[in-house]
Order: sequence, then C-alpha cells, then structure tokens
Amino acid sequence: MTDDKDVLRDVWFGRIPTCFILYQDEITEREAEPYYLLLPRVSYLTLVTDKVKKHFQKVMRQEDVSEIWFEYEGTPLKWHYPIGLLFDLHASNTALPWNITVHFKNFPERDLLHCHSKDAIEAHFMACIKEADALKHKSQVINEMQKKDHKQLWMGLHNDKFEQFWAINRKLMEYPPEDSGFRYIPFRMYQATTERPFIQKLFRPVAADGQLHTLGDLLKEVCPAAITPEDGEKKNQVMIHGIEPMLETPVQWLSEHMSYPDNFLHIGIIPLPSD
Amino acid sequence: MAEAGEQPPFLSLEGGRGEGGEETVEGGAAAGVVEPAPPSAVFPVTEEPAGDAKKKIYLLLKAVGDTPIMKTKKWSVERTRTIQGLVDFIKKFLKLMASEQLFIYVNQSFAPSPDQEVGTLYECFGSDGKLVLHYCKSQAWG
Repeated sequence: MTDDKDVLRDVWFGRIPTCFILYQDEITEREAEPYYLLLPRVSYLTLVTDKVKKHFQKVMRQEDVSEIWFEYEGTPLKWHYPIGLLFDLHASNTALPWNITVHFKNFPERDLLHCHSKDAIEAHFMACIKEADALKHKSQVINEMQKKDHKQLWMGLHNDKFEQFWAINRKLMEYPPEDSGFRYIPFRMYQATTERPFIQKLFRPVAADGQLHTLGDLLKEVCPAAITPEDGEKKNQVMIHGIEPMLETPVQWLSEHMSYPDNFLHIGIIPLPSD
Repeated sequence: MAEAGEQPPFLSLEGGRGEGGEETVEGGAAAGVVEPAPPSAVFPVTEEPAGDAKKKIYLLLKAVGDTPIMKTKKWSVERTRTIQGLVDFIKKFLKLMASEQLFIYVNQSFAPSPDQEVGTLYECFGSDGKLVLHYCKSQAWG
C-alpha cells in the first residue's frame, strides 16, 4: 500500500485560497483591507485564523471587538466542522478565492458553538477521534494510547505536522489481520439543503458474504436519494475533500485514506447547479 | 455508579403523562420525581421529522462523581433532540445555575458535541433499546 501513502499527503496538504473581508457594519477607525490566506482543508477555522483576527482588530477599537465568527453568503460557518467540509458544502461550485465575511458582533447563538479558546477545539477534536475509535475498535486503540500520544495527535494538527500526526494516527487505522477492516466505518453524511445536522449510522466495511462494501453501497443504505438513477440526470455530487470518489471505491479504503484527522469520513451531498 | 434501588418507569421529556407506565415531564408533570420541573424545563418543539425520526428513544441518565443524581433515570425523548437541549434540561431539572457546566458522555469515553442529535447517538451507541449517557459537572473523561 506504499503508493496509497501519497493520498494521505494530498489530503493533509489540501489548501483553499480564501479572502477574508470584514462585515460592512463593523465599526472601524480606518479602512479594513481584505486579508488573504491559504486555509488547510483538514483544520478548523478558529485554529488557523489568529492572523485574520489580529489583522482586523488593528483597525477596530477594543470595545467594538467580541468573539470572532465567520459567515459565507449569509450562512454562519461552524468552526467545529473541518474547513474542507464547510467549503464543499457551501462554496464548492463557486469561483476562488473563497470570500468569507468576518464578524465581531451579534454572535449567532442558534447556529454556532462558542469557541473561547484553543482548548475548545482540542476537546472537540479529541472527542471526535474517540467516537470514531469507539466505532472502529470498540475504543480499544485510543484507550491503549498514552496521554502523550493523544497530545501528539492534537499537536500534529495544531502545528500542521503531517509526520507527527501520522506517527500516532496510523495505529488508529490498523485492524486485526483476520478481519477485512474496521468494526464499523466512522462516517458522517451532510446535505447542505436540510436543517438536520448529518446522517451517521452503523455501517460495516464488509458485507455478510465477504464482499467489500463500496461508497455506492453506503449511499444506497443511508441516503438513496443522492444516487443518480440509471436513466436519470445526475443531480448531486458525492464529495470528499473536494473530489468525487468513484462509487465503486471500498469504504474501508476511503476510511483509511480519506478520513479527516478526526478519523471521520465527512461526505458532502452537494446539489449540482441547475443552470 | 450509584443506582437507586427502585426502577421508576420511563419518563418522557415531553407530552402529557403517557400511557403504559410512561411518565412525562413536559406539561408540568415531573411525575414520581421530587418536584415538578418548571414548564421552562421542556424542550421546544421543532420541525416535525418524518417517519422513523418521529419515534422516541429511551435514555438512561447516570450521574458521575459528586454530580447530583436524578431519581428518575429513564427518559423517553425525541430523536431530534440535541445534546445541548438535554444539557439544558438536566441543568434545570437539577436546579443548577445557568453558569455551571454540565458534561455528557457516551460509552463513558467521549463527549458528543452540543449540536449532535440523541437519535444519531442512539443508532450508533444504543444497546438493549436504550442509550446510556453519563452526566457530570466536571470533565470526567478526556
């Protein structure tokens, strides 16, 4: 599987050119220039935007600044979803750079979780990894790790260190040789068009007859409406990290190679533009 | 975990006092519980989910450490309720201050994010027809 290691790198180093613009109603002492940044797809908005925050706070008075939040075309962006997922869900068929609006007032309590410090991101990230391992290995692998291994996973993401992260994460991707994969595949399926957060169910990588389950099998099971009928027009894209994997791809392979660092496969069901 | 000797019937987090031994809190009836929960303890009714999503699930709520126990541990709840909704409910039920924190854990291992739906957690981590959740005033696991 040496060639497939390149996929891990490609996923890790995926970037989205982004232009941050201050919301028009924010009060500034002088004009706020836009701020450009390459956002890592696998990270979180509040983890990689310290510079954005500093940039805009320079032109604002202290008393006009409260918790920062981000919005794209009217949709508040959830910091606890990976950046790549947010882009795929809300902006995948638009021109780059991705124009994100920055707010310092009127925090949308109903739509967003608060993020007062990096500790909140770390707690969320580690909780996701633990949930994923509960599905993959009944929590055995994550529980056998030491505290410093957990820290290394987080610091790897925090500092964008691929090798540091994967030195530990590869253990979470192993399974007993007598099995053909994980117990269950940690996945979440998102539809931009619904209010519901996401679909997550128990799904095994291997069918009862020993056949490997594919991405198509997963769709059929949990979101049949997203599948293009044989004689029909394609209405949706099934997207992970900005690409549409072939529906014949085994989900076990996807889980090992295309999961986000939180160990979940975040799959976006994106309606195709209808024009 | 300190289990009370008696096993009260499942209480519902909403609706009137149910039939077949199911009791409810919403509608002012924390039946069989120390005191009725204030009406504000109820979950707001959101959009009607379709089909299976409508069916309620059962929760078993267990206290950790020095967090006060709820005499009633078994509750029925709609699948679309979020962890945040559940946290708000337990805090009001236990008369905790709004500023106090409450953590909820699945499998005694991870804290689901506040916007996760209990129905989804039940699908993945429920057993014997119910989802066991531990709640705690301080961080108990990880």
